[in-house]
Amino acid sequence: MTTRTSDSVAAPARAAVVEIRLPEGGAAQDVRAVKVVWQREMIRFSQDRIRILTALVQPILYVFVLGTGLSSLTRGSTGDVSLRTFIFPGVLALSVLFTAMFSAVSIVWDREFGFLREMLVAPVPRSAIILGKCLGGATVAAIQGLIVLALAGLVEVPYSPVMLATLAVEMLLLGFTITAFGLVVAARIKQMQAMMGLMQMILMPLMFLSGILYPLVGLPRWLNILVHLNPITYAVHPLRQAVFEHVHASPLALAHLNPPLTWWGWTVPTLVQLAVVAVTGMIFLWIAVLEFDRAD
Amino acid sequence: MTDLQQRDARSAVSVRGLQKRYGELVAVRGVDFEVAPGETFGFLGPNGAGKSTTIGMLCTLVEPTGGTALVAGHDVVTERGEVRRNIGLVFQDTTLDLYLTAEQNLRFHAELYGVPRGLIGDRMHQVLDMVGLWERRASRVNTFSGGMKRRLEIARGLLHSPRVLFLDEPTVGLDPQTRASIWAYIHELRQQEDITIFLTTHYMDEAEHCDRIAIIDEGAIVVLDSPEALKASVGKDRVQIRTADDAQAIGQLRDSFGVDAAVHEGAVTFAVTAGEQFVPRLFAELSVPIESVHVSRPSLDDVFLTYTGRTIRDAEISSSDRFRASPFAAAARR
Repeated sequence: MTTRTSDSVAAPARAAVVEIRLPEGGAAQDVRAVKVVWQREMIRFSQDRIRILTALVQPILYVFVLGTGLSSLTRGSTGDVSLRTFIFPGVLALSVLFTAMFSAVSIVWDREFGFLREMLVAPVPRSAIILGKCLGGATVAAIQGLIVLALAGLVEVPYSPVMLATLAVEMLLLGFTITAFGLVVAARIKQMQAMMGLMQMILMPLMFLSGILYPLVGLPRWLNILVHLNPITYAVHPLRQAVFEHVHASPLALAHLNPPLTWWGWTVPTLVQLAVVAVTGMIFLWIAVLEFDRAD
Repeated sequence: MTDLQQRDARSAVSVRGLQKRYGELVAVRGVDFEVAPGETFGFLGPNGAGKSTTIGMLCTLVEPTGGTALVAGHDVVTERGEVRRNIGLVFQDTTLDLYLTAEQNLRFHAELYGVPRGLIGDRMHQVLDMVGLWERRASRVNTFSGGMKRRLEIARGLLHSPRVLFLDEPTVGLDPQTRASIWAYIHELRQQEDITIFLTTHYMDEAEHCDRIAIIDEGAIVVLDSPEALKASVGKDRVQIRTADDAQAIGQLRDSFGVDAAVHEGAVTFAVTAGEQFVPRLFAELSVPIESVHVSRPSLDDVFLTYTGRTIRDAEISSSDRFRASPFAAAARR
């Protein structure tokens, strides 16, 4: 024992060995696993203050720089609604999109640094790990969205509790779906650099084809089809709807900037839109579980 | 009772004809062995010999392509969850979350493995004490040295009181002093916990710490026995004595003991089986005063050389182009 390194500490007087008898696995155990994976995401997020701040840069640029700069072009067509107010809900979606994707990508880090193995060899179903990761990504994304939402007052959006609650739920849902999608992508990617590149390639089209930056009015047929195929569209529309319900402006201008979303002439209700997002998320979650299940 | 169930009653690990092929390449060619409860069992072999693949199969991370294996009485293919609940794992590469504290890493593990909530605190204290990291529990792991990280991983592997602890190259990449300290902790652990240890190593000197060793080369077990027996099987111990009268000593050794001795390096040198048992007889029966005695054993290097026809160093060079990738890395990648 003389060879112990200096960083060691002499063993103190021994207590009786605490013998652990693990209970049989079961639903309660799976819930614990989901919870602890979720908790880890929360701890990691709270440690990363710089990430929280840098994630604010992009929304600020879109709302205040792009929104102000382009408003000289659009002044005639947005009525008494400023372009900044129009873009704001889109930028909330944008924050959620990037934050959730970043959370999903962290599983590639986990793999590179080995921690994924610690999770995958545990006596819990893979689905519990993936679900925990997804819920973690969703929560982190929603929190980030709420931080951006703090800027609402600067773009003539009131801090209405009903609106804030509605937006929080919607952002949580969008975050869940994006994280699940990100996990499907990440399941096959081994290197962080490859993942970053791929992410940019995927996020940009998703963003441009979702109505984040423009109203879905008078679009050419091809673009209209692509936008309607993009699940994110069905999260952006309700977000804008929730914000516009509390903005003081002429109903006509608001209706023009967020026209009803239709399928072959049928106006899709908000709940159905959110269901589209939820079902898409569940499908991605299921695929992600299958992908990670193949890992052994 | 089936044959399988009878095996489990006796053994912590029971392996029959276990095989793994990756396409053309056969990484493990049908190995058989038993590990008794409480035993420290070592797999010794060069890199690429199939050690990590075998451990991967026993830990349910790699699916065997043939044979059966029971760990703590459970089949590694059909009772994966039960096996995982009963084993602790320490991998070659770190699997800690470096941005969490030592305590947070352990707590994560406890929750994931379903350790009863009321026991987590006490058990965590105990395993951290055992590896000398209790005082550092609130430090983030990225401030730890390589040896401390490995010790924390051992503590984590023990947290849920596994029946079998798997250590895949527990000291690889550590400096000699830290390696020695890791072994000191492992010995302490054997005294404190009722546990079977299964480890792999390509360090000859580390295999000495095991109760039994299987020497594995090119996917097959070449020989399996205790380090003592293995060394004894290789040949005799070398005994060197310094005496007042070498010529008379050599004569007496020949006449009374039937041993051929000669003077090498200024000492009377001869080879006998079980040198340590021979020395007391020597003192009792030799009339020439003995000034000093030195008994040296054949090393495990000699053992490896005898059974495989090459040294472990040669084997590492030739196997490097044969099969390198750790199955853990492969499993986590896929």
